[in-house]
Amino acid sequence: MLSEGSSFMKGMALGGIFCLLLSLLGSFTPGMQSSPEDQHHHHHIKAPTNDELQSLSEPQMVELSQKVRVYCVIMVQPKVLVYWATAKDTWSKHCDQAVFYSSESAKALEAVDLNEQDEWTKLRKALKHAYDNSGDLRWFFVARPTTFAIIENLKYLILAKDPNEPFYIGHAMKSGELEYVEYESGIVLSYEALRRLVNVFKDEEKCPERGRALWKLSEEKQLAICLKYTGVFAENGEDTQGKGLFNSKSVSSLIEDGMSKNPLDVVEGCCSDLAITFSGMSPNQMQVMMFGVYRLRPYGHNFHDSLIFFPPEGSDND
Amino acid sequence: MKGLSGSRFCFYVGFVVGTLSLYLFLRQVWFERSMELPVLGGIQGSSVAAVAEEKQASDSDNWSVEGAALINLNHPHHTGEDSRVADELYQKVRILCWVMTGPSNLQTKARHVKATWSRHCNVVVFMSSVDDPDFPTVGLGTGEGRDQLYWKTIRAFHYALEHHGNDADWFLKADDDTFVVVDNLRWVLSNHTPEEPLYFGKRFKPYAKQGYMSGGAGYVLSKEALRRFVEGFKTKVCTHTTSVEDLALGQCLEKMGVLAMDSRDTLQRETFHPFVPEHHLTGKFSKSFWYWNYCYYPIVEGPQCCSDLAVSFHYVDAELMYTLEYWTYHLRAYGYRHRYRPPLPQGLVERLAQTERATVGTAGRGTIPAGIIVVGGGNQSKMEAVSYKGAPRGGKIPMDNNRTAVTQESQQ
Repeated sequence: MLSEGSSFMKGMALGGIFCLLLSLLGSFTPGMQSSPEDQHHHHHIKAPTNDELQSLSEPQMVELSQKVRVYCVIMVQPKVLVYWATAKDTWSKHCDQAVFYSSESAKALEAVDLNEQDEWTKLRKALKHAYDNSGDLRWFFVARPTTFAIIENLKYLILAKDPNEPFYIGHAMKSGELEYVEYESGIVLSYEALRRLVNVFKDEEKCPERGRALWKLSEEKQLAICLKYTGVFAENGEDTQGKGLFNSKSVSSLIEDGMSKNPLDVVEGCCSDLAITFSGMSPNQMQVMMFGVYRLRPYGHNFHDSLIFFPPEGSDND
Repeated sequence: MKGLSGSRFCFYVGFVVGTLSLYLFLRQVWFERSMELPVLGGIQGSSVAAVAEEKQASDSDNWSVEGAALINLNHPHHTGEDSRVADELYQKVRILCWVMTGPSNLQTKARHVKATWSRHCNVVVFMSSVDDPDFPTVGLGTGEGRDQLYWKTIRAFHYALEHHGNDADWFLKADDDTFVVVDNLRWVLSNHTPEEPLYFGKRFKPYAKQGYMSGGAGYVLSKEALRRFVEGFKTKVCTHTTSVEDLALGQCLEKMGVLAMDSRDTLQRETFHPFVPEHHLTGKFSKSFWYWNYCYYPIVEGPQCCSDLAVSFHYVDAELMYTLEYWTYHLRAYGYRHRYRPPLPQGLVERLAQTERATVGTAGRGTIPAGIIVVGGGNQSKMEAVSYKGAPRGGKIPMDNNRTAVTQESQQ
């Protein structure tokens, strides 16, 4: 008996080491058997090129520009009131509608009280509320308290996309077989994707309100799973050169990385010219971003963009 | 016999169980990765390397080294942008930038200046106490340290006039922790002539009747002003009075009849800044801080502290240099119609028959050429689609800021 038991244990140990060795060698990645083909299945969303835009007729352009209006879902916490105040005073002014969602109510905090502490449940409630109150807005952008978004660049990315098709866009990540959008760098949902999501919320089997897995999945992955059941898949937002538009770090943090990784071309290797989000920024840094994005520029360099976005009323930091 | 095969069987079972359980475990925990990396890690890595290589190759096409000076042959710009105005100004307003640095700062500070904003000058010279043919820097034959600042400045300006008097019209002095937006400096200088004795910078008021310009924020002399500075030393009207470089220079220039100018934009907002953007935009200067008593013009705190066409910032470390370069020359909001839209400099209006939607006038009213779609700004609860059926075909439609316009007529 003992010798059989010890053989079993030896076998298990050897099996584990065998598996580890194989995956370390890299040529065998059990998680993605179809890894090379998988790359073709990765979904990427790019902004329309100039040629594409010019091939559209006038009425088509008009229709598109009227449809591309964004409802911003901004998650805040009363613990750090200053982030709510900063988002309200900075980038969220460029949303067509910006609504703040808080875990609990607090004085001076103008937000929808979700009365909930669990991150996934909060996200569900906020998205349901957004869907019910969207009016005629067709695109939804979900942000965390320290996210900074440039809504004009988001509109440019989704300009030629039909919100009656399901879209789930952001910085796409892969965990095992699951492709999901990173929460920290902002999540974009089209109206159709949100409609399907709200529908599947009712299904406690596929999309439970309280995570029931052995180990709790993060809310960004739960979202991906629920959406996957409805046939909606994560897509990576990038510019024409393939650079990601959604960033989970701040500009300074990315520049710092660039200075050590490619010191000969720090700025070029950093971030896209038409980046949509940065994250992990302090309130002061967000104010400075407003200056950097919307105001600071070199005189005499002009762009002939196909759309004009006016600055919002009643604001002077942009 | 039976015992042996039994334990061998257990061994195999154990092996399979071990492999499977570790596989499941690793799958959940280890194989997380960004979707960008497999596609981009390779592509981006190689494209960045390719860009860096390209850059090094093209650097020799763009820059010619003459002694210690880097002469800029091509004004850098990006694909997809219309830089006609900037290019015109580049030809018309030639600037020599000299950067005050030292041997111990070359790799920690001056190198980043060289990689960022100084690429937009017509000529750039790095001034040090010691010659360095590799960087390259000019050796001014002084020592290092705060007490040598004015000596270095005097010799640097003499060097600039002697060696590059004909290569530039304006002469900028900056520190190796100053960030300068050279295109905006050209805009500030564009309505002035270098034959007049003028100098621009962040104006301070004490100790000099007409004030003087802060050294750290950078200041720029016209060719005539530079001639008079050099003349002043030749005739001993000016001497090395103190090591407080900016004040001493200001006093010399005042004696030589050079005018201290107002470098603010058309909305009276400062362009040269003695601190970093965050400090000006979000900081509150304590009332006892010396700054309040020094500034020639009223201090504005908050967003209006600084012009959209800011020229300089000071105390900028290496990381902020690249960040500012990214904000200025790269990052933008697609299609955004800036609030501040100053008129073209007079000299350029004739030369450029037509510009983009550059409106003549201040922010707000303007004309939009046909074929452009206009979308209302955020936070407007009502959007009115206004159609211009009665409008002239192919003409321009006057618009004001608050309305959402739908496309005008089609292009003919």
